Amino acid sequence: MGMTRTQKILARHAGRPEVEEGELLVSQVDLTLANDITGPPAIDEFDKIGRPVFNKDKIALVPDHFSPPKDIKSATLCKHMRDFARKHNITNYFEVGRMGIEHALVPDSGLVAPGELVIGADSHTCTYGAVNAFSTGVGQTDLGAAMASGQTWFKVPKAIKVVLTGKKPDYISGKDVILTLIGMIGVDGALYQSLEFFGEGVGELSMADRFTICNMAIEAGGKNGIFPVDDKTREYLKERGVTRHWEAVEADEDAVYDRTLTIELDKLVPVVAYPHLPENTHPAAEGKDIAIDQVVIGSCTNGRYEDLVSAARILKGRKVDPRVRCIIIPATQEIYKRAMDNGLLNIFIDAGAAVSTPTCGPCLGGYMGILAAGERCVSTTNRNFRGRMGHVDSEVYLASPLTAAASAVTGHITDPREVLK
Amino acid sequence: MSKVWRYGDHVDTDVIIPARYLNISDFKELSEHAMEDIDTTFGPNVQPGDIIVAGRNFGCGSSREHAPIVIQQKGVACIIAESFARIFYRNAINIGLPVLEIGEEAKKIQAGDQVDVDFDKGEIHVVNKGLTIKTHPLPAFVRKIAEAGGLVNYVKGAQD
Repeated sequence: MGMTRTQKILARHAGRPEVEEGELLVSQVDLTLANDITGPPAIDEFDKIGRPVFNKDKIALVPDHFSPPKDIKSATLCKHMRDFARKHNITNYFEVGRMGIEHALVPDSGLVAPGELVIGADSHTCTYGAVNAFSTGVGQTDLGAAMASGQTWFKVPKAIKVVLTGKKPDYISGKDVILTLIGMIGVDGALYQSLEFFGEGVGELSMADRFTICNMAIEAGGKNGIFPVDDKTREYLKERGVTRHWEAVEADEDAVYDRTLTIELDKLVPVVAYPHLPENTHPAAEGKDIAIDQVVIGSCTNGRYEDLVSAARILKGRKVDPRVRCIIIPATQEIYKRAMDNGLLNIFIDAGAAVSTPTCGPCLGGYMGILAAGERCVSTTNRNFRGRMGHVDSEVYLASPLTAAASAVTGHITDPREVLK
Repeated sequence: MSKVWRYGDHVDTDVIIPARYLNISDFKELSEHAMEDIDTTFGPNVQPGDIIVAGRNFGCGSSREHAPIVIQQKGVACIIAESFARIFYRNAINIGLPVLEIGEEAKKIQAGDQVDVDFDKGEIHVVNKGLTIKTHPLPAFVRKIAEAGGLVNYVKGAQD
């Protein structure tokens, strides 16, 4: 029986010619990843095993969640990870000043190639399917064990085939695609499954769009999301210095998919996910009556350079509404510098926005933009669960960078076409 | 006999343990905030041996293992749900917290019910209703991890 892309990668890493859905496998991993919240407890689990690291070049440690440290407890967690990195001579430890939000930083650092298998102690590790890798989130115990053994166990998943058709309008981004998809299937619509993307619409999407889409596969309950390799992928990998041998992975012609969904890119409208689930999607144009207090543009979902360019398209020559705090967070130091060199940061600051050093900060209610009771935020982040960005009685509305920036300008939820026209 | 704490669909990791507390590295201290944003009565009143019963997609969201850990720290004997988010499910197995996925049958168990779980037979007895729900036994691979006392011991055992 034919295999999906995901099944092929899992089989290859388990040394098996073929695998079947539902089977349990032990697979080799090409990279393990942890951050300042999950890294320290993963290190504690690793230490209990009492073995050396499986490969000092294949462990990435990124202090990004509460980093630069927001308080003494966070600093202690960061120090725990830093001490471990020094003790084991870990190649890919990224210190403040060179770090970034892990899921933007790791692929941009050339650490992921097509066909590779990555696990990370962070649920948004599924982001790297954008470069045709299998990547998924695990907990700290799984991660600690894999740092010692270089392998982990998987149940071979079923998959949903998502066919993208049509031409993508310039007011639509990857965020609108994935929010629309989650709205269609629900937050557990892809539970235990892969989301595999196909169709001529794939070529319409930038790599940034693809990263955003795979990033939020988890918000549909998915194990991973995965795109095919095309010229844009090859160009990206070249730019990121990936020179090692890799092989693109494509599904067999007779691969079995649990179901097939079609998304017509030309028919999409900018959407916003209302509190408190990412599946509560509504057209942005219907949000005029929802006044907001804050806008956040950033995160592992939408803090890439292309996202900042989208925000600048709206904010150039315009002002953030006086009632709104707009916080923009480039995802990595490199993106921050590029935005500075190309004048984007000037546009943001002239518009009255705050620009922060890279951090996950507000996305998970850490710091750098926490909401008070009764406050509302339009955010380009990935989750709008109750209390996610602060007080349990605050609200988060998920949107694309264009929609978020347009909403910052008007002070209420706004379809970006309203501002751009 | 276990008291049931009943919750609905999509109980996410942000309400199980809000991220604002994740700078706390002592799990006992952290567990004082378990379920705080969905149910402020849980922390002060949950008793060792109580169980949680929920709807679909329990534990969706973050990969934070802090979520099953704080529930385990409060002495919860097992979680029964219609379905679990996959990372939470995996994390619970890895730390040795029993999780039973029983689909729509979970709807038959309500708050305040008295429940006995027989893990060997894979049976859930809702004692006050005289009801028995049959479940699938855990897969052999998962049982091996549980028997070893969690994944870390299992990996340790594999090298001996």
